[in-house]
Amino acid sequence: MAASIRLQGYKSSLQEALHQCSKAVTGSHPLLKRTIYTTMKLYDREQYWNDRCKPDEAKFNKVLIANRGEIACRVINTCRRLGIKTVAVHSEADSLAVHTRSADEAICIGPAPSSESYLRMDKILQAIKDTGAEAVHPGYGFLSENTTFAAKLQDMGVAFVGPNSESIKAMGDKIESKRIAEKAGVNLIPGFDGAVKDADHCIELANKIGYPVMIKASAGGGGKGMRIARNDQEARTSFRLCTEEAKSSFGDDRMLIEKYIENPRHIEIQVLCDKHGNSLYLHERECSIQRRNQKVIEEAPSTFLDEETRKAMGDQACRLANAVGYDSAGTVEFLVDKNKNFYFLEMNTRLQVEHPITEMITGVDIVHQMLRVAKGHRLLHAQENIPIDGWAIECRVYAEDPFKNFGMPSIGRLSRYVEPLHIANTRCDSGIMEGSEISIYYDPMICKLVTYGRNRGLARETMIQSLDSYVIKGVTHNIPLLRDILTEKRFVEGDISTNYLPEVFPDGFKGKQLSITESQELAAMACAIYLKDEERAANFINMKASHIPITAKTKWALNVMIGKTRFMAQVARCADGLKVTVGDNNFDVKGSLSFASPLMDLNVNGEQRLLQVQLRNSCGKYELRFFGTVYPVQVMSERAFELSQHMLEKKQVDTSALVMAPMPGLLKTVSVAAGDLVAEHQEVCVLEAMKMQNSLVSAKVAKVKKVNFKAGDTVNEGDVIVELE
Amino acid sequence: MANVELTLDVKRRIETTRQQALLGGGQRRIDVQHKKGKLTARERIQLLLDEDSFVEYDMFLEHNCADFGMEKQKYPGDSVVTGRGTINGRTAFVFSQDFTVFGGSLSGAHAKKVCKIMDQAMLVGAPVIGLNDSGGARIQEGVESLAGYADIFQRNVDSSGVIPQISMIMGPCAGGAVYSPALTDFTFMVKDTSYLFITGPDVVKSITNEDVTQEELGGAKTHTQVSGVAHKAFENDVDALLNLREFFNYLPLNNKEASPIRACDDPWDRLVPGLDTVVPLESTAAYDMHDVITGIIDEQEFFEIMPSYAKNLIVGFARMNGRTVGIVGNQPKVAAGCLDINASVKGARFVRFCDAFNIPIITFVDVPGFLPGTSQEYGGIIRHGAKLLYAFAEATVPKVTVITRKGYGGAYDVMSSKHLRGDINYAWPTAEVAVMGAKAAVSIIFRGSKNPQEHEAEYVEKFANPFPAAVRGFVDDIIEPRTTRMRINKDLSVLADKKLTNPWKKHSNMPL
Repeated sequence: MAASIRLQGYKSSLQEALHQCSKAVTGSHPLLKRTIYTTMKLYDREQYWNDRCKPDEAKFNKVLIANRGEIACRVINTCRRLGIKTVAVHSEADSLAVHTRSADEAICIGPAPSSESYLRMDKILQAIKDTGAEAVHPGYGFLSENTTFAAKLQDMGVAFVGPNSESIKAMGDKIESKRIAEKAGVNLIPGFDGAVKDADHCIELANKIGYPVMIKASAGGGGKGMRIARNDQEARTSFRLCTEEAKSSFGDDRMLIEKYIENPRHIEIQVLCDKHGNSLYLHERECSIQRRNQKVIEEAPSTFLDEETRKAMGDQACRLANAVGYDSAGTVEFLVDKNKNFYFLEMNTRLQVEHPITEMITGVDIVHQMLRVAKGHRLLHAQENIPIDGWAIECRVYAEDPFKNFGMPSIGRLSRYVEPLHIANTRCDSGIMEGSEISIYYDPMICKLVTYGRNRGLARETMIQSLDSYVIKGVTHNIPLLRDILTEKRFVEGDISTNYLPEVFPDGFKGKQLSITESQELAAMACAIYLKDEERAANFINMKASHIPITAKTKWALNVMIGKTRFMAQVARCADGLKVTVGDNNFDVKGSLSFASPLMDLNVNGEQRLLQVQLRNSCGKYELRFFGTVYPVQVMSERAFELSQHMLEKKQVDTSALVMAPMPGLLKTVSVAAGDLVAEHQEVCVLEAMKMQNSLVSAKVAKVKKVNFKAGDTVNEGDVIVELE
Repeated sequence: MANVELTLDVKRRIETTRQQALLGGGQRRIDVQHKKGKLTARERIQLLLDEDSFVEYDMFLEHNCADFGMEKQKYPGDSVVTGRGTINGRTAFVFSQDFTVFGGSLSGAHAKKVCKIMDQAMLVGAPVIGLNDSGGARIQEGVESLAGYADIFQRNVDSSGVIPQISMIMGPCAGGAVYSPALTDFTFMVKDTSYLFITGPDVVKSITNEDVTQEELGGAKTHTQVSGVAHKAFENDVDALLNLREFFNYLPLNNKEASPIRACDDPWDRLVPGLDTVVPLESTAAYDMHDVITGIIDEQEFFEIMPSYAKNLIVGFARMNGRTVGIVGNQPKVAAGCLDINASVKGARFVRFCDAFNIPIITFVDVPGFLPGTSQEYGGIIRHGAKLLYAFAEATVPKVTVITRKGYGGAYDVMSSKHLRGDINYAWPTAEVAVMGAKAAVSIIFRGSKNPQEHEAEYVEKFANPFPAAVRGFVDDIIEPRTTRMRINKDLSVLADKKLTNPWKKHSNMPL
């Protein structure tokens, strides 16, 4: 009650302030030039240079966006551009979220959990009635592929900005979609349509399909009951093992067999169809870089496809769309093998997360076209009007720790957040701003960072610069991993597949490994920061007469520790910067340092270096983000270093007696109580974070001393949940 | 000829004595000191002060005890190194107890040296920093040593409020010795290697039969988390001394001077959009007041005082457009940010320091009230809470207050309210100033009411917003959170010329 009353007055004044701020701020620091409505410019033209519509065609008056975060903001932006009024729906937790604030109207539809808000069809339908919205854009996820929702809207006479229910239904069913695809002449992964009878049947089918084959349980999932066979003997054993596994895991031992595609690429085709039987393909997106089936980096076009394959894939995608009477934007996913054979996987009947890269290279505003076709308009592009112009790369910046399993969710409040929008050809699709909270309730995506270039090299360079300039403080994020991939040899060459991450980082991601010269360079830059700190500490604006001036030094011998590695640096001040000698290398460090922003734009030996000071304490301890990864650095005078050698190594606290939360989340269950005896590796509690259940186990055999939390509590990273004796 | 010989001999003697003094208790003891992870008295001074700035006093002074064979054991300079030097060009007087000489014990000579520099510091108006590492009184000297302590205590008290006094405990500090640090403005400790207690574990065992380790009884953890005797602890000697340099830069040299102003990279009028969303919409949800503080101050640099004690109140130093300010803020994340005995005492001492040394105070208010309960009442929350009230009321430095959310009950009055001569008092749109929360208020106003929800809603609408305070002029303006930094910086510029004096008195009578 209090919250809602307060909100009314608060929101309008905030909105006003928001507009004023975007005006006021632009004058000051370039990094602060940031509004949530920024449209990017591509070289010398508008972002959507190839978007088409008739000047006086009918438009929806008001669109409700049944989603949150970046995709809601994305749709609102296009609506605003077109002069369409927008309605945001939001949970209580999102009351001050960017999408809520930037829409013309906002309706609260329930508490934080999605199941009580963004998935509540009844509440959203009520919001539509209350606001008189004429159409609903569902974004992706939530209700975007829910046929009941689409059908209910139809009953209400409200347009669903997406395909018709029939095509959602047809493509939503895995078996059904394959049957339709086959009929439409779309390539399928060769396999047997039905259950495998026995081992002999399995071998017979395998020979017919051609090795290698994949044998998998019909009821399978999560890699269980799934094996690859490369010859008859392997096929026999695999069949037996899979059957056993399937029986015990799923209670269903029916087996399927299909061709195994080695090191496939995941390439998808964007299609756009209207209600008049027209269909277009907007070329492909290469989405091979994935972890646990979630895309990390996407690009368009693909380095791999030739014109012929591209056309063949596009044609098949359109055929499939036509076969189901598709009438919106959609995506047809393919696996592509090393010989450029491609096989249909599935069709996504919604706007995809990674649609911006397609927009960048085709100049089409896909959201606009979705709105147009939903209104009943014809597509105004012919296939030849869809070019591939330049190259676009998208990095999904997530609030997650890339050092743990390529990404474990993290949460927190964005205490400092500056998007790199000052860099040309950079687009940030985000739904957050400084002060926003990344919570356990929703997807931990911070932003889709998209860069564009006339060719792949330029797009890649801009991406590197953008990642280095992206200021995110308050949550752990995956920029270290993204930044490292961008310069990794195989990625640079375009030699990627869906196995890229485990192949390139077999032991998991360990952070950028600096070469000796790179470390020395980092040390040199750290010296520059340290000296700036020192110089400023000794200069006061209101110095009094008794102030004893320090002899201005021009030479220093400094000691730099990067982690546990020691570097000795000789530093000399020269006219326009510092000359730093570390080991055998000389570094000319130039650039004006300011601690107002974490981002330092330095020049080392003539090359631009973007360095971020994540943490600074005036005793020479820093955390510096360099090439994406954060390094602990300490700079000391030689004497201080000498004396610090006498300091004792601190004893590490034995944590085996503590069960700590590895990440923030909600305790689902706590299965022990004080006094219980637990075995080693026994589960003591289950932590749910970002919809994932994590079993926390004891590290040793011991008696439980204390249980600090109970089921239903939320815990922070590092909280001690259970103490053992 | 003999004369020349004599002169040369004197020269040699001076040189040898100097060398001897530099070695303190000798190489062997120095090695032992190093093995414990501790630096020597001179090494500490070297790290603390600017390079080559140390000017030593009384290097040749010796003790004059003739009992128990002490006349045969003399060390030039005795068990303390004293002198002055600069920290970033600003003068500081320093004494550093030398554990390698008689365990750093305090002799009459030792006390004399310390008193000399304390007197010098008062003459010129410069801070005194004590680096404590002493086994206690020089027992061989008996009452002479006790007199020495008292001489120091008297000077501590005389200097109090005139020059900043800082104690860094870097080894044992026991018995009567503890009262000198206790009288100074700030007491810092080094983790694992420093102890402060009235009586050590052995005596404790013999008197109360209590088994306790040195660390548990008086280690850094105990004093920074439980007793509140120490204001902060550092990892080791090097870390402690470098941090002390940093800390020194916030302080003025004496009570007649302004604190140093550092060049500020952070735009004074920077808007802080993140502050618009920092206070959660549900008035019962917690948030971290540190987010508010670090968002507003220069470059997110906050030197927190007593960060591990009474965490429901945050105090510390920061800069606003380069000027030192003292920050006081309720912490909604801990115990809902209420005021209790410990928080009141912590806040009172900090506010008084700021007031004594011309440091403006910025107060962030989100306080649901004083903590109720028998333990608080029996402990004297009335008496202790009065200290914070007294300190804010008495302070004549510029006082800027921002009510971020709750200002309930008497605690609202205490937290640098307009009524206690707050110069500028702001409310954020989320502010609610009331005598108490809606539920409690309704249960009194509408006792026995059949529809309390309705009355609650009425109460909320009336009081759970900044208007009641604003229409009465108790807050000067309701401001958008994002503009807070800009507003405060403007105000501080104007208030730099503030002149306010309290009525003449011998001294005030604070409720102790």
